[in-house]
Amino acid sequence: MGGVDTRDGSNLIFAQEPGDFARSYLLSLFTSLVSRFTFPFRLNLLSNLFRSSLGKKYTMAVSGLVMFLFVIGHLAGNLQIFIGREVINRYGNFLQTNPEVLWPVRCFMVLMLVLHIWSASKLSIENKAARPAGYSVYRPIGSTYASRTMLMSGLIVFVFIIYHLLHYTVQVKAINLTGEDFAGKGFQDEGVHDIYKMMVVGFSNPWVSAFYVLGIALLSLHLSHGASSMFQTMGWKNDAWRSFLDNAARVVAWLIFLGYISIPVAILCGFVK
Amino acid sequence: MNFTLKVWRQKNSSSPGGFETYEARNILPDMSFLEMLDVVNEGLLASGQDPIAFDSDCREGICGMCSLVIGGIPHGGQRGTTTCELYMRHFQEGQTITVEPWRAKAFPVVKDLITDRGAFDRIIQAGGFVSVNTGGTPDGNAIPIAKTTADSSMDAAACIGCGACVAVCKNASAMLFVAAKVSHLNLLPQGKIEKDRRVLNMVKQMDAEGFGNCTVTASCEAVCPKEISLSFIAKMNRDYGAAILKGSER
Repeated sequence: MGGVDTRDGSNLIFAQEPGDFARSYLLSLFTSLVSRFTFPFRLNLLSNLFRSSLGKKYTMAVSGLVMFLFVIGHLAGNLQIFIGREVINRYGNFLQTNPEVLWPVRCFMVLMLVLHIWSASKLSIENKAARPAGYSVYRPIGSTYASRTMLMSGLIVFVFIIYHLLHYTVQVKAINLTGEDFAGKGFQDEGVHDIYKMMVVGFSNPWVSAFYVLGIALLSLHLSHGASSMFQTMGWKNDAWRSFLDNAARVVAWLIFLGYISIPVAILCGFVK
Repeated sequence: MNFTLKVWRQKNSSSPGGFETYEARNILPDMSFLEMLDVVNEGLLASGQDPIAFDSDCREGICGMCSLVIGGIPHGGQRGTTTCELYMRHFQEGQTITVEPWRAKAFPVVKDLITDRGAFDRIIQAGGFVSVNTGGTPDGNAIPIAKTTADSSMDAAACIGCGACVAVCKNASAMLFVAAKVSHLNLLPQGKIEKDRRVLNMVKQMDAEGFGNCTVTASCEAVCPKEISLSFIAKMNRDYGAAILKGSER
């Protein structure tokens, strides 16, 4: 005789039909499998990642890190203008003639931008809701200007990115304010797109350059806080590394600022023609 | 010393509230801010007015009951100091001082300058404990703990739960408090067993209470009367990330 005898004398298995036993056994096996494999993944991991405060912060940090690395790579690419016309044109031609690399990277960057903006919006809405009534006197002791203005610097940089893409990537003639068509025949050099000339003509308009410098300044301000906050949010910071990372972020932000603005400044001063 | 006080008065949580101006006369420089308010209240009582309601208990900087945003800074802006240990000698003669309650959705005003900080208690109930009977005092060094670890845990445990971190944060985030409470137990062998559950549950409760999110401005650390390090938030972020990557259950 099988089954489990309980204290009140009943027998758990044979109290039911044998068919019920098989069904309940399979059911318990199924639920244990489901709870073992599905729940930790479906509920804990994804809901923790996209619903919790810290999950949204991780999303913001990781997408920010990817875009930060893009900013560095883009700068390295652009600075080739100082080496010469052929070099930067070859670089541009290399990117444009490899759509199977270019487009996945572009799509990935758009995904990162969307995730960054999505998490920033959700977190900012929660932050505003967390203090319905403000203070009549408020002193933001201990905080930096960059840290308090992340939302505003981010929004203006977003507008700048849109303009920048329309300006040099989509090459909308109406917004470059020079009257020239960057996609036209005048911007061809030995069969490849003359990016060198496009940059020189593009930045020769002081208003366009001024908006560019403003956009880069706010981007650098954003990164001076964001780059070190990324380490904090991901938990990759402690008291030993903190001041180094905070200072390194500021130094890198300055280098990014100086690196990017060197191009319009050099063009407007006539160093690059 | 004499001061002009602009104090937030609010009858109860549902009435609107507003600022009232009071004169604080003949205040000794070595009186604490709360003692100065006691003097003002005696004057109000003598003239038949309702005294200013504020929280206080130990008045020696260890209980976490006193609050007050003084001149725009929680606990008044003296480093590592609670309102009860803030002395009037730090203010200028004749200064106008604005006194407001903690402002956060999760800390509703009960009356005047008193807020309900029950949200912090519910966060502790969600995981700020060790689920075993601790019994009597254990023998010294029965459980080996590195001195540096014990020190770090003690630094986190110094949090008195006053809520100044929430009050000063531009997002009304409670992450410094939660990080301190998570870290203080997660660092020790007795607390490590429930490390993942603790951080998941306490963060979940923190979110449910309607606190904002950390944007790493470090204001919290600057006003914290116990000078809890911002690095504990990084540790909480690390513990939480590890817990969700492992698929730990709440």
